[in-house]
Amino acid sequence: MIQRSLTLFGGLFVLILVVGWVMGLPFTSSRLVEAAAYALIALGLNIQWGYGGLFNFGIMGFLMVGGAAVTFISYPINPDFWGSDGPMMLGRALLAFAIGALLVLAARQAHRVGITGKWKGALTVLAWFVAYVLYRSQLDPAAAYIESAGGGWVGGLGAHPVLGWLFGGVLAAGIAYVIGKICLGLRTDYLAIATIGISEIIRALIKNMDWLTRGTLTVSPIPWPTPLPQNYQAGGMDIASSLLLARAGYLVLALVILAAVMWLISRAYAGPWGRMMRAIRDNHIAASSMGKNVTARQLEIFVFGSVLMGIGGAMLVSFVQIFDPSSYQPINHTFLIWVMVIVGGAGNNWGALFGAVLLWLIWVISEPLSKAIFDMVSYWSTNVGWGAIPEIEARSAQMRVFVLGLVITIALRFAPKGLIPEVVKREG
Amino acid sequence: MTEIIFFINQVVISGLVLGCIYALGAIGITLIFGILRFAHFAHSELMTGGAFIAFLLASAFAAWGIVTPIPTGFVVLPIAMVLAAILALGIDKGFYAPLRKRGAKPVTLLIASIGVTLMVQGLIRLFFGAGSYSFFENEPKEIFRIDTSALGSTRPLVITEPQVLMILVTLVSVIALHFFLTRSRLGKAMRAMADNADLAQVSGINTALVVRVTWVIAGALGCMAGTMLALDVTLKPDLAFNIILPIFAAAIVGGLGQAYGAIAGGLLIGFAETLAVFNWTMLFRPLNAILPDWAQLPSTLALVPTEYKLTVAFVILVITLLVRPTGIFKGASS
Repeated sequence: MIQRSLTLFGGLFVLILVVGWVMGLPFTSSRLVEAAAYALIALGLNIQWGYGGLFNFGIMGFLMVGGAAVTFISYPINPDFWGSDGPMMLGRALLAFAIGALLVLAARQAHRVGITGKWKGALTVLAWFVAYVLYRSQLDPAAAYIESAGGGWVGGLGAHPVLGWLFGGVLAAGIAYVIGKICLGLRTDYLAIATIGISEIIRALIKNMDWLTRGTLTVSPIPWPTPLPQNYQAGGMDIASSLLLARAGYLVLALVILAAVMWLISRAYAGPWGRMMRAIRDNHIAASSMGKNVTARQLEIFVFGSVLMGIGGAMLVSFVQIFDPSSYQPINHTFLIWVMVIVGGAGNNWGALFGAVLLWLIWVISEPLSKAIFDMVSYWSTNVGWGAIPEIEARSAQMRVFVLGLVITIALRFAPKGLIPEVVKREG
Repeated sequence: MTEIIFFINQVVISGLVLGCIYALGAIGITLIFGILRFAHFAHSELMTGGAFIAFLLASAFAAWGIVTPIPTGFVVLPIAMVLAAILALGIDKGFYAPLRKRGAKPVTLLIASIGVTLMVQGLIRLFFGAGSYSFFENEPKEIFRIDTSALGSTRPLVITEPQVLMILVTLVSVIALHFFLTRSRLGKAMRAMADNADLAQVSGINTALVVRVTWVIAGALGCMAGTMLALDVTLKPDLAFNIILPIFAAAIVGGLGQAYGAIAGGLLIGFAETLAVFNWTMLFRPLNAILPDWAQLPSTLALVPTEYKLTVAFVILVITLLVRPTGIFKGASS
């Protein structure tokens, strides 16, 4: 087992070297930083799916939440907004939200004053409706005001990006708690569809709440936690080495976080908590008859996994320095992560890590690779007299999706447990 | 009266059209779930693929100079449905049957269906690029404007020819499906297998045949839904991928495994989406004359802004899952 893992990781290392040699160091160093962030996200999914057997298909939503969080924390302060009436109006909207929440909670407690059954249901629906109208009546003018006169959008807080990453984790945890409370009672396919639905709702909100996230106008440049290439260049360094040095700095920070997370979750897996989680995953009825609170434990693991996703999403956004809600797609940000974990090996952290780096490399090189193949075929077909392939650039960009589908199909067929499968220990 | 005609144009017709497409898609998903017990995500690609097959056939017809009185898309629909059914059978044979034979869990099949989604979508994009196509490049899209001035309206009732045909075709196929499921031997076998697969097998039902028939129906109806959607709007590679979640919502709201539930769920989601973004002020504007000044209607009075149209389906989905997870018609729960 160990030998197989070492061989695979050795092969991955060689692949990285080859990519670095063919595509050049600047390209490869950026991809490695992104791979580290994706590894963090894949570990998050590995906790949820590999440890806990939870079917989370809403990864995109958590990545977007993380990205929005780091934008909010680390982007410079927008004085136009804070000097306008905007904060006041937003405060009123928040108050309306709180009143609405209280109304709904009160309606849910209506049985205490003797309103039960259908009447309670009707009252709850009415309370939701009133709360919604109340909130919209306060928020809509505030949003319109901020977007036109109040500085365009809320802006950031100007704090250190690492704080933003942490906030991304916290925000993702909060949202995961709400989603988990709602959905975790559902069985697997329902849970998958419900989480996809919720991540689409999150995407629609972030994309359209221009006052908070600037929506499709995008936010940039988002600061880095480590010195930028420009900082090195100001010190008189040439462009190539400043790029490398800056990315190396970012990569080291990402790897430190990745290593810490890896250490923590591997310990958790080996400990009693991990054993309990696996017991729940393999047979939740037996686990609950042993006195384990299945729902609470599943909620816990859903939140833990989502924290890693939020942090990973924040790291990605910080690295590319731009938060563009329209660049998020279910294929790139949910299915890709699933393929990483399944190909790598669900339930095995090294497997998830391996899958994340391997799949990210496959994802980024399949475009130039298919372009090269198309160019060759086109050259050949021109010589034969069939004419060249039209629009090679656009077509090879679409090949990534096909390659991803091919990889997952082959993996399910021939290595359903992944390349580095989970080691099931039998005691006694 | 103008307001009511406007309401019919904006809500009744577009809700009905959307509902028909959702319903046809949801029937396929719900049948596959009932028989094979997994959520088939690649249904969106059956729809898009079917639409592209129909588009190629329609282009071929146009190239051969065949002129038809109704839009070519509808003329080629039966051929395209046969081809799409073969495609669906091929996908099952190539990707799902080996996994089923190994006894894979439904979750594995779900992930495999996502893999199929990605591959088919990749292939479609490879051959057709990312641009959009129209069925009406060679022929005009006829628009009926029914004069309603006799009823005192200043606005005509507007409906396009594809929309009329679409509603008729959906109606016919739903009735045909109903008779197939309730009257024919095979349809009864299908329902029996949806209820209890093991019991169906021991009572001598040919389960392999039922599985094949399920894929044929799902592929054909998916092709129909995709083509009609492409006829109503435009044809693009992510045509159905964008609406697969509302379709799932329709199937779940109706109760997974219930064909009639899928129809009801599709219409429900279609109407809910159009009603939620409808600007109610347009309908109740005459009331402004009798309302006092302080209670005048605002210029826009929609439940949700238009940007959030698709989220309506998800909200309904989540509420259904919370309040009645088995759907309106009690659906499968295992």
